[in-house]
Amino acid sequence: MIRLFSSFIFIFFLSVSAHAVEPDEILKDPALELRARIISSELRCLVCQNQSIDDSHAPLARDLRLLVRDRITAGASDSEIRQYLVDRYGEFILLKPRVAADTIILWGAPFLVLALSGFLVWRAAQRRGSQSRTDAPLTAEEKAQLDALLARKSRDL
Amino acid sequence: MIVELGHYALVLAVITAFAQFVFPLWGAVSRDASLQSMARPSAFVTFILVGLSFGALTYAYISSDFSVANVVMNSHSTKPLIYKISGVWSNHEGSMMLWVLILVFFAALVALRGDGMPERLLASVLSVQGSITFAFLVFIVLTSNPFLRVGDPPPDGQGLNPILADPGLAIHPPLLYLGYVGFSVAFAFAIGALIHGRIDAVWARFVRPWTLLAWIFLTLGIAMGSYWAYYELGWGGWWFWDPVENASLMPWLMGTALLHSTIVMEKRDALKVWTILLSILTFSLSLLGTFLVRSGVITSVHSFASDPGRGLFILGILIVFIGGGLLLFALRASTLRQGGLFAPVSREGALVLNNLFLAASTVAVLVGTLYPLVLETLSGSKISVGAPYFNLTAVPLFIILVVLVPFGQSLAWKRGDLLGVMQRLLLAFGLSVLAALIILAFTTGGPVMAPVGIGLGLWLILGSATEVFMRVKPQRFDLRIMIARALGLPRSAWGAALAHAGLGMTVIGIAATAWGVEHISVTKAGERIAVGPYVVALESSFKRSGAGYREDGARFLVTRDDQASGALETSKRVHAGREMPTTEAGIITFGLGQLYASLNEILPDGRVSVHIYWKPLVTLIWGGALVMALGGALSLSDRRVRITAAERVLRSSVKNRGAPA
Repeated sequence: MIRLFSSFIFIFFLSVSAHAVEPDEILKDPALELRARIISSELRCLVCQNQSIDDSHAPLARDLRLLVRDRITAGASDSEIRQYLVDRYGEFILLKPRVAADTIILWGAPFLVLALSGFLVWRAAQRRGSQSRTDAPLTAEEKAQLDALLARKSRDL
Repeated sequence: MIVELGHYALVLAVITAFAQFVFPLWGAVSRDASLQSMARPSAFVTFILVGLSFGALTYAYISSDFSVANVVMNSHSTKPLIYKISGVWSNHEGSMMLWVLILVFFAALVALRGDGMPERLLASVLSVQGSITFAFLVFIVLTSNPFLRVGDPPPDGQGLNPILADPGLAIHPPLLYLGYVGFSVAFAFAIGALIHGRIDAVWARFVRPWTLLAWIFLTLGIAMGSYWAYYELGWGGWWFWDPVENASLMPWLMGTALLHSTIVMEKRDALKVWTILLSILTFSLSLLGTFLVRSGVITSVHSFASDPGRGLFILGILIVFIGGGLLLFALRASTLRQGGLFAPVSREGALVLNNLFLAASTVAVLVGTLYPLVLETLSGSKISVGAPYFNLTAVPLFIILVVLVPFGQSLAWKRGDLLGVMQRLLLAFGLSVLAALIILAFTTGGPVMAPVGIGLGLWLILGSATEVFMRVKPQRFDLRIMIARALGLPRSAWGAALAHAGLGMTVIGIAATAWGVEHISVTKAGERIAVGPYVVALESSFKRSGAGYREDGARFLVTRDDQASGALETSKRVHAGREMPTTEAGIITFGLGQLYASLNEILPDGRVSVHIYWKPLVTLIWGGALVMALGGALSLSDRRVRITAAERVLRSSVKNRGAPA
């Protein structure tokens, strides 16, 4: 499911035409090549400034792209390949941090803020809606005020 | 001598800024009119002093005064005049001077336009602006003084960083700072109002033009920066989710939310507390952006430690202003009277939704930018947060927002009719979906994002067109009535429609990048390379030298259907005194698309290694931003925004007095 979603995201946001991938790197099987592209778009080119190895033309990025493709043809799963790279280069290589105890705030914050603020707005609207209702009965205090006013008026007359 | 005068004026400005901060505030709290009246003169004097100081620094650059350390490090006597001037803000010290210059410029403008404002509110606002000015001037004088002399002046300077030797430097930072710092006015108004204790539609009417102005500049500044990176860095990319870019995107997102909520407040006297909070948050993000970029904390956590003075000082300013602002908000917000009521399905309700999504996407950008820093500081583990994170968090939020925009735009104030709005938008919706499907059918096997994104962009453009059409449409079709009504439509209505259509153009431009073609090749003269609809062939390679640099380059001839359509030149440039060569990209614009060439290297055997990209519709990305800014400017020129409520009251009362009783 997650793989389906991330390949959807990939097709959605990235061009199918090659970025930095050179012709001799491309795998014959399009399905495997797509997997390679998805994985490499989420790996940091360690010698560049904020570029993925899929985007970068640095020699190191090419080496890593070939490495990813080697692992894929050797039959490793996506998570095995990521683990393989993390073991060698650390979590720093993942441009998309894994959901773990120390990244839960990172991934959760935007949606938590949206849900929480949405809830607050909804509650405020509810409260206001009930406040603005004209048929709400008078409170004891309001009744007392009204009675006092009426009493004064009748006295003035 | 002039440099010393500038230095002296700068120190004097610290004192006048302090006076601008303390006395009017004292006056506002103690309701002393004479203390309050000090606000305007002190704002003018501070502006003049900072202006003189900035002028003196600029003079040192223009006259190549190499006894000033800052000039030695960032200028060179052979530089063209424009780079001598823009060199002033090409470095830390100078750009902080520009920051403060713009800050005091806005304060002086507020003072100038303050005639219709309640004296106590004006005093509070200018005092807050004075306090920001004071803090940053002290920062400059203590840690980043640009006027320091060198004991033994060298014969010439070290030159400007070649990447910065570009007309982009003359335009981009001033625009960006006008945007960043422009939001200080909204901040000062919010704090001023909290001190003053009264916030109403009139307040919103004072604030809205300033917010709009800042937003226009920030929009232009970001677009300009994006295009500059696109042609100067030679990667062909236009947005990298880089921390420095995110630093400018965050105040833009929050500022966009603020812009919309001030409209609600002005029109309907609702969302007051929220608008105040947004004003504080938007400028807080501007300050945060300044901190991230200026402290060096972003490139590496370690460079922060190497110059802790500056970083810690800005961090202190950040804590005082953001913390203080939020504290005051927490203390005083409950005293604000709630304003107009509205049903959930209404223009107000839609704008609340817009604000929620903009705020959540700001949080995504904020958390994504700061998380690696915070995590490394707390636990020592290094992680990366890159484009895939933002594509999964901020981008889906943007997409939902974009889908919702035309609905919100068409809903009535107070109580809207969603069904009616859907009926009115049916045609726009149908056409957008149809267009997406047709494009999808013609590009089967291509990326799915492009047709969907183009449908989204069209939805925004057609939605805006529908809104304008519905407002000018008479009962029975009559072109003359329609034209008359269109001319009579308030400019702010045209502005909103134009800005949303501009957003649609940008969305289309972004979507079309998926159709981009990149070709990497090692080519020899005469070889034909097909890139998209064009054929590119190497004509020759060349060596030449220009003012302060020499370059190795290659020239390509471009043909389409065997018709010559132009020539591309791209080169590697080595600047005098610098080792790192820069890549000069060659760009030709065809229609809305661009052909982009970027040289890798020229091999010893004469072959040329080059990247060539075809980027269809790419200019729409920045064109859309220009249209957005134009929409903002149109809105700003609306009489209702330009002429303040108080002025109108004043005028009408004068008129009434003139009439016979």
